[in-house]
Amino acid sequence: MNDQTISFATIIQEDFEQILSAWLRNQAIEGVKRTDLVSPRETEAQSRELLAALSRALKTAGIGDDFNFSNPAWDPVREALEQITDSRTQRGVSPTEMFWFIASIKQGIFERLKNTVPDNSNHLIDEVWNATRLINQLALYAIDTFVQKREAIIERQQSEMTEVSAPVVKVWDRIVTVPLLGTLDSFRAQTVMENLLEAIVQREAQVAIIDITGVATVDTMVAQHLLKTAAAVRLMGADCVICGISPKIAQTIVHLGVDLPNVTTRADLQSGLAYAYERIGLRVVAMKD
Amino acid sequence: MESHSTSGGSPIVTITGCVIVAIRDDLDDRSVMVLQDHLVDEIARTGATGVIIDISSLEIVDTFAGRMLGAMAEMSKMLNARTIVVGMRPAVAMTLVELGMTLQGVETALNADRAMALIKAGR
Amino acid sequence: MTLARSSDIVFARETAMKAMAKIGASAVKRTKFVTAVSEIARNAIIYGGGGAISFRIEGVAPTIRVVAECKDGGPGIADMDLALKDGYTTGSGLGLGLSGARRLVDRFNIVSSSKTGTTVTLESYAR
Repeated sequence: MNDQTISFATIIQEDFEQILSAWLRNQAIEGVKRTDLVSPRETEAQSRELLAALSRALKTAGIGDDFNFSNPAWDPVREALEQITDSRTQRGVSPTEMFWFIASIKQGIFERLKNTVPDNSNHLIDEVWNATRLINQLALYAIDTFVQKREAIIERQQSEMTEVSAPVVKVWDRIVTVPLLGTLDSFRAQTVMENLLEAIVQREAQVAIIDITGVATVDTMVAQHLLKTAAAVRLMGADCVICGISPKIAQTIVHLGVDLPNVTTRADLQSGLAYAYERIGLRVVAMKD
Repeated sequence: MESHSTSGGSPIVTITGCVIVAIRDDLDDRSVMVLQDHLVDEIARTGATGVIIDISSLEIVDTFAGRMLGAMAEMSKMLNARTIVVGMRPAVAMTLVELGMTLQGVETALNADRAMALIKAGR
Repeated sequence: MTLARSSDIVFARETAMKAMAKIGASAVKRTKFVTAVSEIARNAIIYGGGGAISFRIEGVAPTIRVVAECKDGGPGIADMDLALKDGYTTGSGLGLGLSGARRLVDRFNIVSSSKTGTTVTLESYAR
């Protein structure tokens, strides 16, 4: 074979099995095989699949100066990469390990190139460059996939958190409560207010209990939001009681100079509930024995 | 005793000593004033002791309308009638609060039933 | 759309409501924006001696928004800071209209001079 025609592409096609086993060996050497998370058989299947896709794409698309990884000819490679990245990172493989998992394919390819084109260093360097260009793209794409998946998860969790962190619960006929947790920013405060007012209409509630036991800090902003919510509840025709006011928060509110006129407050949820029962004309009594 | 009259499309009904006004549609400023006139007349004529203003069909209550609600409550009070505004939509409540209009002098209830019970109980 | 009589305010509100529905605004956003429009339109009639209001839709989702521009030919606002303060009024109102309207929208702009009158621009997103 004329050594000018020997390329990184032909090597992958012709020495497929050797390159695959060299890659698997290197994964182990680099310590990125993670047999604790992914079985060796699975890793081999994944590696084989990716290498096969790569081989096919190289045959059709080649890797000349016009190389472009977003070309449709590379679709199957990108798909295989996405799947493998997904499957591995979901089980706890880190992004660094994922990067090296892909990059460790290089050594086997370079080794084969060194052995088959020994006397032409220019050609060798060209081919090494071609291989590097492609494999770096693969590794970066894997990281991109990982980051995108993460971002999607964060986004979903954020919207879930807004929902979950302000669940309006009916505790009794005509009594609803919303336990607030964590930090209360303007956006969340708005959502809480909307949910609470909607629930008052839906449940025909007469008393709304806002439990701020789980609120980390109360600053002027948070106090203003609470005031607004209480005012809106009253406009709807229901009573509002804010409970879970710790001694520390009571001090803060007074020090901030925030006035809570016409707002009923109670120390804990139990007193809040007691107030609510009183408003709807109920009383809790001990059973006679 | 029962009686009817309408005011700019908003019916006014008096049932057992309670004047009930269901404000319909979007009122222009003049219709609001006309409504106010009719309401006061109705209270005086029937000697009602309670007034229920149902605003559940209102999508908008601006400062003008808010002020009118306050004024109606005050006038009724002078005629010895207690006013309760009912049926405010959540979006309207949020908007009024943002405007800084909390209608302090106006009593509220979720619906006409509740308001009627409050007036009857004299609470 | 001209603003001359108080019945024009109702028409301005209806138009604002339709525009907000067109961009798929939530009930709260809709009510807030239309209320702001109502305040501004009434100001133009009472204090500006009448004027005009126009509506347009700008941008694409997620930043699609309704923009209302309200112009009057009045004497302008002498002290803008004071006019935007809660509770300040030169008339018989509550002094919450202008300052309140500002809080109800996502973007608020006001330009005023004794020669050209007052122009208020209100913008609201769908969410």
